[in-house]
Amino acid sequence: MFLAGLIACAITGILILVRIILGKTTFDRILAVNSLGTVIVIGISIHGFYSDRPEFLDIAIVYALINFIGTVAVLKLFSAGSLGGDK
Amino acid sequence: MKSLILFFILFSLWLLMSGHYNFLIVCLGIISCVFCVYVAKRGKLIDDEGLPIFFIPRLLNYLIWLFKEILKSNLSTAKVIINGQVEPETFTVKTSQITDVAKVTYANSITLTPGTVTTKIQKGVLEVHALNSDFGKDVRTNEMDKKVTWLEGKK
Amino acid sequence: MVLILDIFTSICFFIGSLSIIIGACGLIKLPDVFSRIHAAGMIDTGGTAFFILGMVLQTGWSLITVKLVLIGVFIFFTSPVTSHVTANLAREKNILPVGKKIGKIL
Repeated sequence: MFLAGLIACAITGILILVRIILGKTTFDRILAVNSLGTVIVIGISIHGFYSDRPEFLDIAIVYALINFIGTVAVLKLFSAGSLGGDK
Repeated sequence: MKSLILFFILFSLWLLMSGHYNFLIVCLGIISCVFCVYVAKRGKLIDDEGLPIFFIPRLLNYLIWLFKEILKSNLSTAKVIINGQVEPETFTVKTSQITDVAKVTYANSITLTPGTVTTKIQKGVLEVHALNSDFGKDVRTNEMDKKVTWLEGKK
Repeated sequence: MVLILDIFTSICFFIGSLSIIIGACGLIKLPDVFSRIHAAGMIDTGGTAFFILGMVLQTGWSLITVKLVLIGVFIFFTSPVTSHVTANLAREKNILPVGKKIGKIL
């Protein structure tokens, strides 16, 4: 059951990687990277249950937060040319 | 008053996440929560926008309705992706909320249901991109707008 | 009792797997950025909701349940923000969505 979930996450990751390679504009790639992060968060939690060590959930929480902050920071850098402060 | 509410939210989050209940660790938690509240207060982040407590009495009812909508539009989006009949359309809708927090809640609710995305906001007018004409009709009936105005509770 | 919970967890995992795989197919298949955001939103809402529901059914009541629900809440609040920021920036850089426009757009 947990193994089936992990395999589904792996297939989804490969499909999203195809979009990252094909993507025409930068926004396609950033969107695909964000989705890949979400899939990885699900994968980490399922792997914690699969190997009977639910401590992996802490890593999943941190990954979810860093994924959000990283995406917004890359988009801000792309739009403004700097991350605040003097240029 | 609002600082106290923020402190209790942060401290319950600390207790739930740590799972150790020694004297030392609880004291460290209290110290770090007080420091966080001080920083938020010094940066003037604690106001109606940072901590919208007027949402709370009607929040549960709204969230149940929102989950139902998300499930329905997930099914429709899956059908559209499998069938491949994509006819995207772009249009604008007006918002009827007063505060900025409620407008942001409305825009986020539109984005959260798959099939419709808010692309621009200007002073009470939202530009929405919909995957299909059915999704567009759903937004233009203004049902979600009325729900969020009811959630705001200022009229 | 354990068997019934296992069956429900399997159903939830099946729906979640179907949802994320359809979302990834949509991410490849749909024509432009604005349409692909809908597919990404499907991965963020449908997929995570059903997977987390399945895992909550396995644990019962403990601190692990709280952590699972917290992961769900974080993704639930951050997913529309990233979608909106991506769409907004694409519009600011003058990428027009394909398809028809109804009325005057901003």
